[in-house]
Amino acid sequence: MEQKYIPKSSIKAWLTSIKDDGKHIYAPVAENGKTHFKRVKSVDEISMGHVQTAQSAKGMVFPRTEKLFSYVRQQGDVALQDYDPNDIPCSTVVFGLHPCDAAAFKPMTSVFNWGSEDKPFSERMQRVALVSISCSKCDVFCFCTSVNGHPGSTEGSDILLTAIGDDGYLVEIITEKGKALADKHAEFFEAAATCISKEEHLAPVPVKFSAGEVQRKMAGAFEGEIWKKQPLRCLGCGACAFVCPACTCFDIQENAKGSNGGDRMRCWDSCGFSLFTLHTSGHNPRGAQSQRWRQRLLHKFCYMPERLSVRGCTGCGRCSRACPVDMNLSELLNEFELI
Amino acid sequence: MNELKSKVKELLGSKEIDLFIGYEQGTRLPRPLLAASCEEADRLIFDEYCTGNLAVYLTRKDLVGGKKVGIAASYYAMRSISRLLDENQLQEGAVKIFGLPPDGAGLKVFETVAEVKQHLQEAPAPPKQVEDGWVKEIEEMPAAERWRFWASELSKCFRCYACRAACPMCYCTKCIVEVNRPQWVQPWAATASNMEWQINRVMHMAGRCADCGACGAACPLGLPVHIIAHKMVEMVTQNFGEPAGKGNVLSTFSPNDKENFIR
Amino acid sequence: MNTNFEPKILAFVCNWCTYAGADLTGTSRIKYASNVKIVRFPCTGRIDFMLLLKAFASGSDGIIVSGCHPNDCHYTSGNFHARRRWIIFRGLLDFLGIDTRRIQFSWVSAAEGAKWADIVNKTVDNVRALGPYSEYRKAAEFLAGNEDVLLNEDVPPKDQEVTQ
Repeated sequence: MEQKYIPKSSIKAWLTSIKDDGKHIYAPVAENGKTHFKRVKSVDEISMGHVQTAQSAKGMVFPRTEKLFSYVRQQGDVALQDYDPNDIPCSTVVFGLHPCDAAAFKPMTSVFNWGSEDKPFSERMQRVALVSISCSKCDVFCFCTSVNGHPGSTEGSDILLTAIGDDGYLVEIITEKGKALADKHAEFFEAAATCISKEEHLAPVPVKFSAGEVQRKMAGAFEGEIWKKQPLRCLGCGACAFVCPACTCFDIQENAKGSNGGDRMRCWDSCGFSLFTLHTSGHNPRGAQSQRWRQRLLHKFCYMPERLSVRGCTGCGRCSRACPVDMNLSELLNEFELI
Repeated sequence: MNELKSKVKELLGSKEIDLFIGYEQGTRLPRPLLAASCEEADRLIFDEYCTGNLAVYLTRKDLVGGKKVGIAASYYAMRSISRLLDENQLQEGAVKIFGLPPDGAGLKVFETVAEVKQHLQEAPAPPKQVEDGWVKEIEEMPAAERWRFWASELSKCFRCYACRAACPMCYCTKCIVEVNRPQWVQPWAATASNMEWQINRVMHMAGRCADCGACGAACPLGLPVHIIAHKMVEMVTQNFGEPAGKGNVLSTFSPNDKENFIR
Repeated sequence: MNTNFEPKILAFVCNWCTYAGADLTGTSRIKYASNVKIVRFPCTGRIDFMLLLKAFASGSDGIIVSGCHPNDCHYTSGNFHARRRWIIFRGLLDFLGIDTRRIQFSWVSAAEGAKWADIVNKTVDNVRALGPYSEYRKAAEFLAGNEDVLLNEDVPPKDQEVTQ
């Protein structure tokens, strides 16, 4: 890993150069009190005043809605047109995501490429470079440090910037992709001072629970009352799943254009919806909200670590911020530790 | 607050109610608490910050089915409850409704439709200046700008249906977006279908919406979907008067309804 | 303005008055614009507002909704119910910036063949002047992730639109 330094004043120039190379830049843009990842026309639109963007950056590789293939019916036969990677923007730089978002690309990759490779996902992954920024502030919902994360973690990022005072950033170049981005415009970077300790510039995110302990307690409490108690106030919307950087549930839908053809679509879904598991017969194996809540947590904190060796949560806290009835995840996970 | 706690504990203790739907202190703001025991009832709070519309839980059969229920009702929750009574979704007398009269005279418990309606008539509606301002601002935009505004806002929607889940009036067991023969509204997130979803939601709210703003408050992306609902309330009142009693605005009519666009 | 643009108009009409009225237009040999495709319903009360949105999404540039005059409904009150619905629906569309100038509501009885021709002709003229309704169509084709198509890209000049 290579370390460099970039003065604050050069960041915009660097991004503009990347943009002028023909790459798309997605970055946080503040709008009506929320911050969203958007493709920026000019780097001046970027805002970094937020603790957390409303949505994660997962849409870059797993869009809300995506066409998987098209089909046309012609004279008793069906002609398929497979997924076309050319529809994806050639090269995209996601700037300004936090380490918790960058870390979530690992669990996503584990799910999508589990067994066989998911072509649309992988094609997008190849084209995306992640330039993250360490967190210098956090709020009451953040809990990355409780799930093996860190406000300055390099996991998943191609480049990680850490603000050192007000004047500039420590640049950690982690991957070849990141190196290519920095080397192409080497003029904006300076050598990093050897004595910089980034720790003191990071947000103090307290550890709220022990993930290992929570996993152990959860695994042994499948029939526990806690699963029924906790989600009493849950409304069963999909807000938590849709803002989650690591949730990968999707639905396959048909955009039929008459009876002559159409598109097969993949779109976001949530295991918290009652329709998610509803069978055609009318039977629903997870008919109650408590069962769906249990599934969601067990999947993230037990099944994924067991089967894929990666947790389905990076502690970004979005689910808790987005929840209309304040299902504060770290608080609720803490309750498991206390069983 | 202690008055509420002791009253609820008394009712729970004497088995007059099995469940009380109230508020407890949440991470930042008060959040719903479904208390079934006296220990849980000890966590109850009720103050001016308790604005979330708890009436949404009254139609959740998995929570309240077969139970005697009490509820802490804000002004708008009271309006929703009144409407739910009109729509036969609640049985008169089956729910004990705890209201906070605006004069600070302490807790009041309502049980009959008449009591609820009288309270709503006497209590002044909280002001809706912010919403009125939004509506005015949007109406004053040229049509093309209005389109860009809503297309831009609603293009962000990812269809988590938090607006639906948070709404006390959205109690259908099968929602129109889940009807797929025919597929009325495309179930995936895309601008026009997001818009169609909101249009459907709000059309189905015509004359029923309590204007509580829970839909907008619930939106994780902060989209002003409650403004569309507020506009609907305005339109219904302007065109058909205050919706009153049984019968939905759209399932009734008057031969004297006025419009100026049918030639 | 492109004079080659021929608007596509979809008409949702009730069986008892307007459809019969349109039939009378034909049997009276009154000529009118051929841009309109008529969809027959039992009653205006049956015309779901979603049908109008579907029409725009699938390529209509304009819409006519027509049924029996008030008090003349075959089912007594279908058109009164419909009128209520259209009042708030139209207001809602307007609020959302959807172009309500492209929707013509009217009452045409079975005896008003000439009125039907007039309504169609005027609607076609209006919509021709407004041009193709590409905004809604684009929004309907829009998939998340390519918002540029909807919001940032310039709307192509109207004469480049494909017209049939």
